[in-house]
Amino acid sequence: MTVIQAERLRKVYGEAVAVEEVSFTVEEGESLAIVGESGSGKTTVARMLLGLETPTSGTITVCGRPRAAGRVSSKERRRRAREIQIVFQDPYSSLDKLQRIGDVIATSLSLHFTLTPAELRRRTLELLESVGLAERHAAMLPKQLSGGQRQRVAIARAIAVEPRVLVLDEAVAALDVSIQAQILNLLADLRAPGGMSYVFISHDLAVVNQISDSAIVMHRGAVVERGPTADLLREPQEDYTRALLAAVPRPGWKPSRRGT
Amino acid sequence: MSRLGGLGTAAAALLAVVAVTTLAAPLLAPYDPDFPDLLSALAGSSSSHPLGADALGRDVLSRLMYGARTTLLGPALVICVSSVVGTALAITAAWAGGRVDAVISRVLDVLFAVPGIVFALITVAVLGPGIPGVVAGLAVAYTPYVARVVRSAALRERSLPYVAAAWVQGRSAFAICVRHLLPNLRPIIVAQSVSALGFAVIDVAAISFLGLGVQPPAADWGLMVKSGFDSAMRGQPLEAISAGVLIALVVASVSVLGDRLGRTV
Repeated sequence: MTVIQAERLRKVYGEAVAVEEVSFTVEEGESLAIVGESGSGKTTVARMLLGLETPTSGTITVCGRPRAAGRVSSKERRRRAREIQIVFQDPYSSLDKLQRIGDVIATSLSLHFTLTPAELRRRTLELLESVGLAERHAAMLPKQLSGGQRQRVAIARAIAVEPRVLVLDEAVAALDVSIQAQILNLLADLRAPGGMSYVFISHDLAVVNQISDSAIVMHRGAVVERGPTADLLREPQEDYTRALLAAVPRPGWKPSRRGT
Repeated sequence: MSRLGGLGTAAAALLAVVAVTTLAAPLLAPYDPDFPDLLSALAGSSSSHPLGADALGRDVLSRLMYGARTTLLGPALVICVSSVVGTALAITAAWAGGRVDAVISRVLDVLFAVPGIVFALITVAVLGPGIPGVVAGLAVAYTPYVARVVRSAALRERSLPYVAAAWVQGRSAFAICVRHLLPNLRPIIVAQSVSALGFAVIDVAAISFLGLGVQPPAADWGLMVKSGFDSAMRGQPLEAISAGVLIALVVASVSVLGDRLGRTV
């Protein structure tokens, strides 16, 4: 089953074209990577998928229902919330600094499910545990957690709603490499049972290689190449993809010293 | 205390003393503030009247203690009303954006352009002299003081990803504004309200001085400056000076406190 079908998406800000004729589909349980340098329009695509931006033209169909533009009732917004959720890049500003971690998750849960206080508490702790946090974290404020821990909270908040698709917008870019690996493993674990699909937005090809089945490469708002991730990384067809690949530092890479 | 600094702590202490004295005036005041003792009229400083007596022989110190009530109640009401209304307008404007924001912002600009005293003169003309008219006029005039600053802070707060996350989760706009924006904006609202309180004290006292605010024979610092002005002409400046100094001290303390609270935001 196709969970996301984006057709000929286009977004124009004044004179500037941010996204040009972008089409892709995401199947149930699939993980699609959207790759490109900063400014290539990948975050704009993510925001359009979530309804945070309105496409200038083109259509988005989620779980078989076309997403009409314009104002929607809050009931319809809650229904859409259970289809698609997002984890943002910056784990510092994506949590309310005054809201305790347990409340972040409990608020999500009680918005979408009817639970008794005991069930709510149990489910909150389950979710925290599933992202590798403990009961004691529930009473903490975001400032008491590290960046990696905060990103786990953001993931728990998103999956609390039990969405069909999770969009990760550079969700590991702000974290250091060992924490990145932890979060990627966590995402791989979460994916297995529920059949949740991922849209993984990143500039980092090493990360994309680990997490995605297929990928599209964006450059200046347009898709320049698409295909299974493994093929794309092994035998890139386009110059731009090759340039992106060449920009990844590899073992044995020595910083060149200028002058002397 | 440390976050207020030395001057800030002194200002807070002075305001605390004024507040306690005001509340405990019936216990602390040496005389009935309205009792005319014509034999001591225009008396200077003495052991029985530390700050002398006014033209009707009423004890100045007692009148200052009781007068703090009317002097500070008016400005406090002005700030309460204007802060609540201003914050509501500011968050509405920042959240809705577009045309709603444009209309609210232009209305605030217009209000900002008219001096508070002019507004108070209009409402006093309608409601008659006294505290209600003054408070109504100044509350309208002070709304943009709070609203403008809170609006720009709310715009910044609204653009943070946690607000987008709450929206994507399906929370209502009202819940996001009240549960997330308002608590995060609270320090700025408090700091700005306290700063505005200082100006409101001056404005209310000025209107009483003009004879349109608190009406005699009630004790009020603004009125005391006015009646003390007449006494000064007759050689006894103590009433005008003590009331004036007290207004200046309270306003300065409130301003310092507002500034310190604003800095720690």
